[in-house]
Amino acid sequence: MKKQAKKHTNDVILESATSFITFIIFLFAVYLFFAGHYTPGGGFIGGLVTASALVLILLAYDIKTLRRILPFDYKWITALGMLIAVLTASGALVFNVPFFTHAHDYFNLPLFGKTSLHTAMLFDLGVYLVVVGVTMTIIQTIGESD
Amino acid sequence: MINLPLLPIIIPLLTGVILMFFPRYLKGQRIVSIISTILTVCASIYLVLTVRSNGILTVTLGSWPAPFGITLVSDMLSALLVTTTSILVLCIIWYAIAYLSDAYQRYYYFIAVQFLLVGVNGAFTTGDIFNMFVFFEVFLISSYVLIVLGGKPAQLRESLKYLLINVISSALFVMTVAFLYGIIGSLSMADISQKITEIGQPAILNVIALLFLIVFGLKGAIFPLYFWLPGSYQVPPTPVLALFGALLTKVGVYGILRTYSLFFSNEIGTIHQILSVLALSTIIIGVIGALATRDAKQIIIYNIIVAVGVILYGVSLMTPQALEGAIFYLLHDMVIKAALFLLVGIMVGIAGSTKLKDMGGMIKAFPVLGWTFFIAALSLAGIPPLSGFIGKFLIVRGGIEAGELVGPIIVLLSSLLVLYSVVQLFMRAFWGIPKPYSGEKQALVSRLLAPAIALVALSVLYGVGAEAMRPLIQQAVEPLTNPTLYIDAVLKGGR
Repeated sequence: MKKQAKKHTNDVILESATSFITFIIFLFAVYLFFAGHYTPGGGFIGGLVTASALVLILLAYDIKTLRRILPFDYKWITALGMLIAVLTASGALVFNVPFFTHAHDYFNLPLFGKTSLHTAMLFDLGVYLVVVGVTMTIIQTIGESD
Repeated sequence: MINLPLLPIIIPLLTGVILMFFPRYLKGQRIVSIISTILTVCASIYLVLTVRSNGILTVTLGSWPAPFGITLVSDMLSALLVTTTSILVLCIIWYAIAYLSDAYQRYYYFIAVQFLLVGVNGAFTTGDIFNMFVFFEVFLISSYVLIVLGGKPAQLRESLKYLLINVISSALFVMTVAFLYGIIGSLSMADISQKITEIGQPAILNVIALLFLIVFGLKGAIFPLYFWLPGSYQVPPTPVLALFGALLTKVGVYGILRTYSLFFSNEIGTIHQILSVLALSTIIIGVIGALATRDAKQIIIYNIIVAVGVILYGVSLMTPQALEGAIFYLLHDMVIKAALFLLVGIMVGIAGSTKLKDMGGMIKAFPVLGWTFFIAALSLAGIPPLSGFIGKFLIVRGGIEAGELVGPIIVLLSSLLVLYSVVQLFMRAFWGIPKPYSGEKQALVSRLLAPAIALVALSVLYGVGAEAMRPLIQQAVEPLTNPTLYIDAVLKGGR
């Protein structure tokens, strides 16, 4: 890797811009994730945008910094996401209805008021984690190999 | 339990996911894989018994009504294929634990195998054409992982070819489904079948039938789309090769069998003639390859191509008898190919080379291996008490009753030449003067033999107990010759 040789260049503008742009991207990703049921968005695009925020950190700093900020094994995140997705779908087995049957209801939450909660969101959370995990695993693996 | 047809898909899926949490803990990987695959086998056998007593089972995912949701359909054909697949995967994992090095097994081997099982079982069970594509991708991506795992230069070269061919055929699959959707406006296989009957199969559907033949022919290696197979199957280690040889091409064959019996059965003419000619050419090419090579692995690899041709010839006739023969032969061939690959893997492991000239006189040191291989070889060729007989017999009789002569003669001659190719392998490897062997697997032979013997025993039982299997196979043929049964089960029986 040639980039590592010039690691200590003074990218002050890039680094300070990254430190707040990352949060905006991350919030946008969360917005996209929750918007998925009624407007364009959802787990896949939310996961990709989250991964892009992490990639921005990778560009401005390096792999070690990202690992210090978020000390996850991304393969583990992928597995966790798949587990959530599979278990959500398998929940139907317990109630003896066809696989993948979702349930939803309206709840009065303290801050949000009347909100519909749907188990499809849990499935989407699984998709989200898998997308983040797979994207970051690919990028980190390519980045680390010499 | 409503979700019974799904169990052989969910159990390996959940296992694969759980295994991803501890890829380095080898003991756990092995125990969890074995236990869950045994559970899959039990679930699929229970599925066969339920289908036997209750008829075709369907589940439409997400409680949506039938043509709108994805339906999973377990008729007897798919239940039998799922059971065979699960049993084979169990034996191959058992073999792999002894055969593969620890470092290799730590690199996600068991996870990839579980996902391969998900894909194959799913492709056999699904009743939705696009969902079938997705399951194809699931097992293809697992097979990409398995073919390249190990990272030897030859593996990298061949996996590139394998990947390229499969990406192209997958793209073609999507295009074909798009054309079909453009004309019919539905993806549920039962619904498509019903609508094709209503509009009376116009000429454009024959084009789509040919496109399906190209797609599934690329996956299932028929002439002239078989060219990638001999090279790609040469490189992966034996427990991977056995999975590929026994399962992957057969999913392509199942695809042709299902689409041609369900979609394009209204006008049995040109399309089925083309299929018949291609199937017979496949047999000839396979036999030529098997006779020409002096490589132990290649002989069995070319025999896969022969068997694909024989099964498809049975399919192309579309008479109940020939279809019964094709299904008998399909199940037999899956088991016997896996067994032969496992046995050849042991022989190659002893000799340290795949070349016939480096083997010889193994019967002195390894008598059990030799006679097991002998039984497997006779079974492959279709010697009467063994399992290959009944399928080929029914196909040949179906061919003669349909008024064809060339086809049955080619099938019969191919049996002779297949027997010659494997017996030549047997004679060169096991008879003659023992040679000094340099293989690393000599100490493991007894451990490796157990799963191979289990498979050969299963195949012998299948041949001897053909009478007991026959009602099951006949039940499997019913929805193929009479698609209304399938359509009614999906569109009226489903929730």
